[in-house]
Formats: sequence, C-alpha cells, structure tokens
Amino acid sequence: MLKILKYSFYDLMRSRWSYVYFLFYLLLGVVLLFLNNDLSKAVITLMNVIIILVPLIGTIFGVMYYYNSREFTELLLAQPVKRSSIFLGQYFGVATSLALSLVIGLGMPFVFYGIFNSNAIWDFSLLLITGAFLTFIFTALAFVIALSNENKIKGFGYAILLWLFMAVIYDGLFLMSLLYFEDYPLDKFSLVATMLNPVDLSRVLILLKLDISALLGYTGAVFQQFFGTNFGLILSFVMLVFWVVIPTFFIWRIAKRKDF
Amino acid sequence: MIEIKDLHKKFGKNEVLKGIDLSIKEGGIFSILGPNGSGKTTLIKAILGMVLPDSGEIFINEKSLKNNFKYREKIDYLPQIANFPGNLKVNELIDMIKDLRASEATKDEELIELFKLQPFLNKRLVNLSGGTKQKVNLVLTFMFDSPLIILDEPTSGLDPISHLRLKNLIFAEKEKGKTILVTSHILSFVEEIADEIVFLLEGKIYFKGSIPELKSKTEQPDFEHAIASILSASYA
Repeated sequence: MLKILKYSFYDLMRSRWSYVYFLFYLLLGVVLLFLNNDLSKAVITLMNVIIILVPLIGTIFGVMYYYNSREFTELLLAQPVKRSSIFLGQYFGVATSLALSLVIGLGMPFVFYGIFNSNAIWDFSLLLITGAFLTFIFTALAFVIALSNENKIKGFGYAILLWLFMAVIYDGLFLMSLLYFEDYPLDKFSLVATMLNPVDLSRVLILLKLDISALLGYTGAVFQQFFGTNFGLILSFVMLVFWVVIPTFFIWRIAKRKDF
Repeated sequence: MIEIKDLHKKFGKNEVLKGIDLSIKEGGIFSILGPNGSGKTTLIKAILGMVLPDSGEIFINEKSLKNNFKYREKIDYLPQIANFPGNLKVNELIDMIKDLRASEATKDEELIELFKLQPFLNKRLVNLSGGTKQKVNLVLTFMFDSPLIILDEPTSGLDPISHLRLKNLIFAEKEKGKTILVTSHILSFVEEIADEIVFLLEGKIYFKGSIPELKSKTEQPDFEHAIASILSASYA
C-alpha cells in the first residue's frame, strides 16, 4: 500500500491543481493577516472559509482523481498487488497531498507573521487539524461515491449533493427541528446532531476554542460545558476519527467486490 | 496452465459469460476471437482477477484465484487502452512498475532500444501519441519474464515496423516455452501467430482448435471466410 500511496502522492504533487490549491491558501493567509492585522479575527475568517471549502475541494478532488485514474487503476489491478492496497493507497495519497497543501499553504504566512509568539497558536493548530480531518473525511466519502458509481456524471452529482447536504442543508434541517421542537429540552439532541455532522462538529470545536461561545446564548453554554471539557474534546476527535475510519472501511469493502 | 470451470458472469441484466469451460496447456500462442461484446475482455479480466465471476472457478497452475493475488506475479498483461498517470515520465513509470512487481525486470533496456523509445524517456506521458503510449505499454508488459503473457489488442495504434517487431517479440517469447493469450480483431495477425484459437460467441465457446481445423469445420478455404461464416450463421 505504501508504494501506491507514494506514487499517487508524487503524481498529485506534480499536478497543477495541487499548486493552485496551495497558492490559494497561501494567498488567503497572507491577505487575511496583512489586511486584518489581528490574528484571532483572521482565524475566525479562515474558519468560515475552511469549513465550507475544504469539504468541497476534498469531495471534488477525490471524485475527479478516481475517475481520471481509472485506466491506471486497471494497470495496477493486473499487477501482483492487493486490491485493498491499491484503493487505500490512492485514497491516502490524494488526502495527504490535499491536507499538506492546506497545512503548508496556510501555515507559512502565519509562521512568518509570528504565530509562534502569539496566544492564537492553539486556535490556529486546532483549525489546521480539523481542516486536515475534513480533508480526509470528505476525500474518503468521495472515493466511496466514485467507487459505487460507474457513471462519472452521476458520481459527481452525488458528491456535490453530499457536500451540499453536509455543509448547508443539514444546518437548515437542524435549525428547523430546533424551532419545531422548541418546547422540549433540546440540549442532548443538539449535541448529538452536531456530533453527527463532521462540518458542524469542526465548526463548534473551533468556535468554542475561540471563546466566543457567549454569542451562542444558552446553547453556547451547554456546548461550552460539553465541548470545553477534555472529555468533550476527546469525544469530538473520536467522532472525527470515526468519520474517517468508517468511509475508509467502505472503500475497502466496495473495492473488494467490484468488477473492473 | 489455465483451467476454467463453468464460468458465469453477468453485468446487470447482461449475461456476458454463460458457462465457459476452457483448459489451456502450457506453451504456445492461443488467440481468443469473437465479435464485439462476445466476452473476450471479460474472460481475460476474469483470469486476471479484475472481474469477479458469479459462479465457476479458475485455476492457474492448479491454484484457485479466489482471495489470491500473488499469482499475478506470473502473468504479464497488456491492457487494451494504454492510459497512464499523465504527470509521470516514461522512465519513472517503468521504474514504478518494476518497483511494484518486485521481480527482476531484465529486458527493459533491450525493449526500449527495440521500439526506439529513448527520445521519449524523459517526456511526460500526457504528451505522447497513442502509438508511442502503446509502445510504452508493450515495454511494461514484456520486460518481465513471466510464464504467462496476456495481450489485449496488442497491435492497436502501432505503425507497420513496430507491428513487425511485436510479432518477432511474441515468437521469441513462444520459443522460450511461454504461454501467450492474445485477443485481436486483425485476422491476418492472428492467422500468422496463433497455434490455437478459441472462438467466443455470445458468452460461450463456439470453437476451440487450430486454424486448419476451423477451416475444415466451416468448409471455407481461408481463415477470414471461416470466421465470417461463423458470424453470418450466428447473425442470420
């Protein structure tokens, strides 16, 4: 598997898109920092961008990579290599290179700005860690979708729908259910609902770390009580890990049974 | 060498292989023929483990293919469409396949010389023409010394000189006692190289034997007409 990972990674590191993605984050970081001149505010803006954009790029890139490398995958399948290692290797290759673009692209301007001498270092690292998690989660979901759809257009469609659902529609449904059931205690429900969507989970994690939970009112207090503790933090990361592991398991299972 | 027992495969409602029984002995060139959609590529892919059969079993050297991937060390496969990761250079691709197979590739330099690929070694694969890609594909296939070689449409995109070189290459491999499976639509090519042909029709083996046997069975004077008579009989 490591060999496949290595080659997928090299292949992507040479593609124009990795550079575009990297340069985009570099530019974003530089612009935010030097126009804003305030680290914490820059981190919040970045969060808003990352929460929406990282899943989108992960999904699109994952689907695109899978469909584009189909013939090459066939070449690999004829080699004495295990099926699961081919697909897991490709997945980790794509996800790692995307995550690296993000971490290095954003990290560089912040390092030059002097993040190491600032209090925002922890917020910023949390931002990068959740960003990396989101990349791995959504690339894995994209691979699952691409593996189960032979038709490119369908695959792309489902992938975009998935992103739209997770990033936008889920929140809408969540809010509507909160309004609808406002007469009932909703603390537990909203906690669970947040945990079940990696996008929301990342957002809440970062927001609470930034100490602006007061803005969220009563729910904010409940959330702070839960996510603010070590237990909450660890549980959130366990959830994020599950969000990576479960789709990865599906990649493995679908790849094992698929015809090429 | 290869034993196939009652192989069935469906893609959705489309039943591609309807009970293939085939045994291929070691040594010689076997050509798999058949009209478009008769299941040639599916059969080859089943042998390679890329298509998983619905029922039936395949044995290579008496070992079942189920949950087995190591057997592919003994197979060199030339896929039908040569498409490689575009950002790699030719020599990197060759090194990569060598690395993945972890078996000794001895003939790569010889083959690069044979197909005159030196000027392309440092070029990226996206920038190569279809025929050049096919030559790279041939180098990747023939650089190992495996006892079983499977070629899916090996002549596609090749110029006449390369075509001739490919033919000589196939004969040289046969001399070493290897088993070679070829699919091709170019009948003159098949007639020249094949010791035995396997004719697939609608997912079943219609004929297996040598070309003279086929001619006498169909009562046709030449190979092309023999094939045509099978096809027109089946379409009529």
